[in-house]
Amino acid sequence: MTEKVFHHALKILEDVCYGCTHCIRVCPTDALRVRYGKAYLLPERCIDCGKCMKACPVNAIIIDQDDFNDIFKYKIRIALVSSILIGQFPRHYSSRKIYSGILEQGFTHVYEAEHGAGILAEEINQFIENNKSVRPVISSFCPAIVRLIQVRFPSLVENIMLLKAPLDLAALSFKNELLERGYSEDEIGIFYVTPCAAKIAAIKSPVGEENSPINGVINMDLIYNKVYRDLKKETRSTCIVPEKEQLKAEEMGWSLTGGEARNINGRCLSIDGINNAIDFLEGIENGTITNFDFIEVRACDQSCAGGILTSSNRFLTTERLEERIIKYENDKIEGKIFNNKTIDNHIDFVKGKISIDKIEPRSILKLDDDMESAMKKMGRIQRILSFLPGIDCGACGTPSCKTLAEDIVQGRAKTSDCIFIQTSLNVAADKEIRAEKIWGKDRFRKLT
Amino acid sequence: MEFEYPIEGGDFTRAGMASSQVKKVLKQLNIAPAIIKRIAVAMYEAEVNVVAHAFKGTMLVNIMPDKVFIKFIDEGPGIHDIDLAMQEGFSTATESVRQMGFGAGMGLPNIKKNVDELQISSVVNKGTTVELTTYIS
Repeated sequence: MTEKVFHHALKILEDVCYGCTHCIRVCPTDALRVRYGKAYLLPERCIDCGKCMKACPVNAIIIDQDDFNDIFKYKIRIALVSSILIGQFPRHYSSRKIYSGILEQGFTHVYEAEHGAGILAEEINQFIENNKSVRPVISSFCPAIVRLIQVRFPSLVENIMLLKAPLDLAALSFKNELLERGYSEDEIGIFYVTPCAAKIAAIKSPVGEENSPINGVINMDLIYNKVYRDLKKETRSTCIVPEKEQLKAEEMGWSLTGGEARNINGRCLSIDGINNAIDFLEGIENGTITNFDFIEVRACDQSCAGGILTSSNRFLTTERLEERIIKYENDKIEGKIFNNKTIDNHIDFVKGKISIDKIEPRSILKLDDDMESAMKKMGRIQRILSFLPGIDCGACGTPSCKTLAEDIVQGRAKTSDCIFIQTSLNVAADKEIRAEKIWGKDRFRKLT
Repeated sequence: MEFEYPIEGGDFTRAGMASSQVKKVLKQLNIAPAIIKRIAVAMYEAEVNVVAHAFKGTMLVNIMPDKVFIKFIDEGPGIHDIDLAMQEGFSTATESVRQMGFGAGMGLPNIKKNVDELQISSVVNKGTTVELTTYIS
């Protein structure tokens, strides 16, 4: 099997990072280290959850995005937006106004990424019905969770439902519509406005599917800032109101916690927050949590409303989206909804492409491919751990004494990286070299 | 490679902690996920049995290149009739234990289903020893 290179949206700005170790401590997959005074990422471990970005006190961790001007390479420029975006704005800005604001930025169409969730709900129910031996079925919606399972819960990989996310279905159907209307493939540019880093990574190097129908990704905070500034100034006198195509109620709430589980038959549960997810997945793996049909698991607290690229408070976002659902349902009762959804004209096409390939585990926990070597390494780790201080100070540039011991055995670090071990070292020269390797030269000039 | 974990009788809050530790080790040793899953289920059931029935016990794990051997030794009431205990649905659990979600009488059958070899020996009013063997190659 060949090792794939994983695309990561998270980037560390070396000029800004000062090696404070905050990020290495919060990473759920121990993917960060500090070397030469800067944080760096172990690419095979990172799942793009964005925890590190939130923990960074100086904003040295950013999310790489496509150049906004790339949209103008296309004749038809579609902003595929997660409905989470609406929740970013104060309540007095209507969704029509917000979407008009997006068009003002140069897009020709705005399309909500949750169109397709309705079809997906039916398909998930079908998938659960067809795969009775797989329990619980775990949602593939959150790409950070899919990657978490791949690297930390290899035995649960076969529980992940092999279905695409709504945003892919929305993109596929909208693109198909445009192709049918006579536009050519290279005239169409679909840009996803993302609330998180994991979606970017999922689009750039998808797990279990060929190529994504999406041409580029734009960070939600960028669009939010652009649109909000225009709305504040109210500079535009004529507002182009987009032709409204409404999401169904269940689609509006799809990205919120419970959005999926609510629409799935059987015993279902929704989990949000990466640490809660890890706890729960451990329970499933240990066999202590059983008899569930479907588990919705999202990496962010309050699901996508808590995405790393959102600007508003996650609870206010959730509140606004819930209000939107209530309004929709009232309108429906009053007969105000005349919904003609694009995706409904492409149901067979979308359903034909809804499946994804088998997802492969890629454990980061294994110490060696060969079991006997792994056993030897484990023995060495235990011995090294017995003389490390066990206070997980992070001064060695790894998150804990245990990770340092593992790194030593894997040839990524040296015993003398531990500052407690250093104090007992006789050779002063080596001591300095080791310290510099972790913290960089400048940190020590600061002290003298 | 050997590990030893103490198990406290009656402490359902911590039931499964030892199993969880062993599962981590098995993952690090790159044992096939499907095998780990089976061992995890069997080991957890056996650990809960000790918690539910015994005063205290020990879980001994020996990981060899070709197999994983796990032995549970407890001090407790023992099993009167091992063949009966092996039957699905048979349970001696009290109502309070059942209310906690344990004691459905599926423990031993479930262990048997998930391991290659299961050995049980017991002395009434002294204790029980349960040995699980899973071949990994």
